[in-house]
Amino acid sequence: MGIRKLISEDGLRIDGRRLDEIRPIRFKIGVLKNADGSAYVEWGKTKILVGVYGPREAHPKHLAVPDRCIVQARYHMAPFSVEERKSPAPSRREIELSKVIREALEPAIFVEMFPRTTIDIFAEVLQADGSTRCATISAASLALADAGIPMRDLVSSIAVAKVEDQIVLDVKDEEDKHGSADMPIAIMPSKNVITLIQMDGMLTYEEFKKAFELAKKGCMEVYKKQRETLESYFKEIKVGLENV
Amino acid sequence: MAEGKYEAGDNVYREDNKFYSTIVGLAELRNNVITVIPLKGFYIPSIGDIVIGKIIDVIPTAWILDIRAPWNAILFAKEYLSKPLNVMKEDIRSFLDVGEMVMAKVTSFDRTKNPLLNAKGQGLGKIQKGMIVEVNPTRVPRIIGKKGSMISLLKKESGCQIYVGKNGRILISGKSRENEILVAEAIKKIELEAHISGLTDRIHEFLMKRR
Repeated sequence: MGIRKLISEDGLRIDGRRLDEIRPIRFKIGVLKNADGSAYVEWGKTKILVGVYGPREAHPKHLAVPDRCIVQARYHMAPFSVEERKSPAPSRREIELSKVIREALEPAIFVEMFPRTTIDIFAEVLQADGSTRCATISAASLALADAGIPMRDLVSSIAVAKVEDQIVLDVKDEEDKHGSADMPIAIMPSKNVITLIQMDGMLTYEEFKKAFELAKKGCMEVYKKQRETLESYFKEIKVGLENV
Repeated sequence: MAEGKYEAGDNVYREDNKFYSTIVGLAELRNNVITVIPLKGFYIPSIGDIVIGKIIDVIPTAWILDIRAPWNAILFAKEYLSKPLNVMKEDIRSFLDVGEMVMAKVTSFDRTKNPLLNAKGQGLGKIQKGMIVEVNPTRVPRIIGKKGSMISLLKKESGCQIYVGKNGRILISGKSRENEILVAEAIKKIELEAHISGLTDRIHEFLMKRR
């Protein structure tokens, strides 16, 4: 571990947050004109752009499934998103995250309503500072809502970690790299359903329970932000329709 | 969203006695049925709808059309041509080719099969002239207005023929290009300003000023 401590004596983290404090999050909807739905998120220093297309006919056609629509996700990090240039070719990690993001979002979508079609989600990480998969999932569910795709609930996601024997909420890049365990989790808040849970490292049962409760609390905060963003974005149109 | 003895209508699903909206929209309660009207979305075909499709592919006896829905539509040759197509002698592309626009009616659709079209009736068929603008399908009622007030205003003030496809494609055909562009601008204005009240009056003003 580095010379600098990740958590100071008075319980503050390197960016001055308390242990259970999340970074400032700002969502923006409808940022891409060509996409059917889109969202942009600034999650601390993490910046991600998500575009959603569909439901549309699947290409190549053999991918289509007769009884439901398939969801395809592509997570990609821009070469300039990290300090050392990242090769733009999809890495092992990006392929895994694409799969994880797809599986976190699929339970929320009414896939059976659009048989033989596909929904494509494209996420581009413009700047990475930890929790990119959580930010992508949260932003992608807003982009899906923007596209008018029927969903059971929004998906909210956040990561927790064990850093210097303490459980912290909303993991930053350095905490992820030098911490001893981290656990991203995604839930459908109003249904109380977990759609993603991963863990890297070791936690005791007690630590896990504490981390899980903290993550749930964090997800609710993200969910609130997501709803606020949706409401303010759609407010203009709503006011209009009431005045028909 | 709601709890109690209701029935779930469009865009609503229930779990036990709780009702949830599946999209962002306006909730409406009528005769104990809850429905949600979408604020933004795509076109879902329904039998009898008049749509404007763009040909994207040609197969031996049919055309494949993009109708801005999750599924591509199929227009069989016999649903457009007055006499049967002789595949040996005639080339289907000589009647309609990729890129051309067709006004058609949805004759069959149930999500398990692609929508089928008919382009033989009155006012249907290949679009020969005019201009096409696209709006979000959820705004189509807005372009038409209350009991057709908006569309008749546009027609009267510009002297153009206007055909609104349910899928959000609108055909404007007038005497001059300027007139068509004027209507297109008015339609874009309606789409952008749908949320501000007094829309019909403002569009009237806009058309008068630009003439």
